[in-house]
Amino acid sequence: MAERLLVKGGLVIDPSQNIESVRDVLIEDGKIAEVRAGLSKQPGLKDAPVLDAQGLWVIPGLIDMHVHLREPGREGDETILTGTRAAARGGVTTVLAMPNTEPPVDTPSAVSFVKSKAVAEGAVRVLVAGAATVGQKGERLTEIVGMVRAGISAVTDDGRPMMNSELMRRALECCKDCGIPFIDHCEDEHLSAGACVNEGRAATAKGLRGMPWAGETVMVSRDIALSELTGAHVHIAHISAAQSVTAVRLAKKRGLNVTAEATPHHFTLCEEDAPGYDANFKMNPPLRSARDREAVLEGLADGTIDAVATDHAPHGPGKKALGLPLAPFGVIGLETSLALGITHLVGKKILSPKKLLERMSAAPARLLGLKDRGSLKKGMLADIALVHPGESWTVEARFESKSRNSPFIGMKLKGQVRATLVGGRAAFRHDHAL
Amino acid sequence: MTQRSWDRKDLLGLEDLSAAEIESILDAAVSFKSSEAPKNHSKLSNRTLAFLFSEPSTRTRSSFEVAARRLGAEVLGFSAASSSLLKGESLLDTVRNLEAMGVDYFVVRHELSGVLMPLAPKTKASLINAGDGAHEHPTQALLDLFTLREKKGTLKKLKVVIVGDVAHSRVARSNIFALLKFKAAVTVCGPTALIPHDIASLGVSVSQDLDHALKDADAVNVLRLQLERQKENLVTSLNDYYQAYGLTAERLAKNPDCMVLHPGPMNRGVEISSQAADGPQSAILEQVKNGVAVRMAVLSLIEGWRARHG
Repeated sequence: MAERLLVKGGLVIDPSQNIESVRDVLIEDGKIAEVRAGLSKQPGLKDAPVLDAQGLWVIPGLIDMHVHLREPGREGDETILTGTRAAARGGVTTVLAMPNTEPPVDTPSAVSFVKSKAVAEGAVRVLVAGAATVGQKGERLTEIVGMVRAGISAVTDDGRPMMNSELMRRALECCKDCGIPFIDHCEDEHLSAGACVNEGRAATAKGLRGMPWAGETVMVSRDIALSELTGAHVHIAHISAAQSVTAVRLAKKRGLNVTAEATPHHFTLCEEDAPGYDANFKMNPPLRSARDREAVLEGLADGTIDAVATDHAPHGPGKKALGLPLAPFGVIGLETSLALGITHLVGKKILSPKKLLERMSAAPARLLGLKDRGSLKKGMLADIALVHPGESWTVEARFESKSRNSPFIGMKLKGQVRATLVGGRAAFRHDHAL
Repeated sequence: MTQRSWDRKDLLGLEDLSAAEIESILDAAVSFKSSEAPKNHSKLSNRTLAFLFSEPSTRTRSSFEVAARRLGAEVLGFSAASSSLLKGESLLDTVRNLEAMGVDYFVVRHELSGVLMPLAPKTKASLINAGDGAHEHPTQALLDLFTLREKKGTLKKLKVVIVGDVAHSRVARSNIFALLKFKAAVTVCGPTALIPHDIASLGVSVSQDLDHALKDADAVNVLRLQLERQKENLVTSLNDYYQAYGLTAERLAKNPDCMVLHPGPMNRGVEISSQAADGPQSAILEQVKNGVAVRMAVLSLIEGWRARHG
């Protein structure tokens, strides 16, 4: 007898099928069996367990293609267990784990370790990105082919850029041969050395060294050229500068294989929003000018920016208390990303709900070549989030994540995840929900 | 004398101070500088002041020490150059430990910008910023303003040029924040590499022509060029720098009313010539003298706050 669950009466929003209407969703053995109105009245389904989704969005589980789970090596900041619990709370059902752990994930055996740990302990599905260079030192390429066989979904030295253009070219050629994307953290380290915030008015007033926008854009432009040269898929991580968005827009117009993601903090905040020397607002790339934020919003609206990804980067409180110049870069984001999207993208009419979910689920599935998720079509994995779109809540410093380094604490948001199903089973349920 | 306006436990910078608060300090300093003023006071006689300096300093530290002793405070030295204070993480612990020993005032110099801001609400002791990274050096700017007011009679609508390494200068930022509150016209002058990218947004003008900038200036504040800037390729050569931005007697001669300030220590022949440093337009030694009075004023006003707030 098949294991069944009927998600009843919710507003199903599925950009992959252009659906936005009240329907029932039948799950059988962890997969989507049917999406149709009035399913519950079918005689054969009368006894099936029911999840009442009236008043809620029923959406494909989110796919966050930029997450730092910190395990192995930095379990004090986050683990696969706590990071995936945070994901589930945010409606995220698949994460792509970045390889800059300690040691980095730069060998097939390291890939296997993370994958097996994720299967054993993960609350949601974990994909693994492999490092591009040994030890992420930017000197020698890793065993990319071996790591692909071990199951990586992308290659990246994220946390650091690929400064050596020749090495980048060779990595891209290998990625193209293997059919996976290269995700690049675009930063010219010579232009950003010693800097901790954006180069702008706030940095000047605070006496802090700033990173110029050009430090990102020169590398985005280089990557576009190398993508054209090699034909490889280059995905620009956490795009933040207006000029970088323009460069990607032009590359896409020319039909090049270049895609990009933006983070919730870059579409929500700008440098002027960072109070004093609060290191919870320190991230790389930094919060940039209001004009840059505007460009990110425009890029999300017109599809130049394909995906929303959090760059969830947990750091324990002690590290963020070092003072802004010394504190590590990065903020957490898994538990607030959807609500920030609903509040600041849907609420301000930058994106329709369907478009938002396209950027947060269907697009990342497409970019990572995942054919079994990011959609509620029949036969897909039953990875689903149930969301109350109108529910207001204030972000508190209580997270499933082990860390609390969020710039959004105290912010009022709309949109509350009420339940997250992975393979038809509850990975998260809101306290008093359902 | 204007009515005193001071309601703060700490002096962390000048950006958030009002013109009235700044004037309160300057007015109080007048009385401490007066030749009739006694050298020994008892206002801080039950207080202990500690220095937390993670960078070397002679001038600022000595000036604070003289000021504190003249007010009757017990002064505690603390050499932090080789301690964990450099890391920033233990600064709060250090402050709390010394506070538990009865220290009431901390005069802090640290290489990290903004390091004092999150600390201040976490201690009952009073924190005085003696230079934090490239952020602020409020008492230096206050003594600059005091010297300017003393010589020019007012701060209102003065034309002041700040020349040199503005990018790395805490003195420049504190001066800019303070002078703009008095509607001064501030021009920063130096090679583009040493001028922060968006500094015009603070309300100053930017120039790469020192002769032009000095033309009708009331004062020029010359910043020290740290010699490692050449290694960082921020200046092509010290000789190039001197040619373009060095304050020479010839340049000064074109504007005899322009007063010369320098926070010290000076690199003679790099950012300033000896003739300009020691010439009749120089107020550099007067600045040093005024520093003691200004720091006495700061300590005295904060002590007033402490007395009112138990």
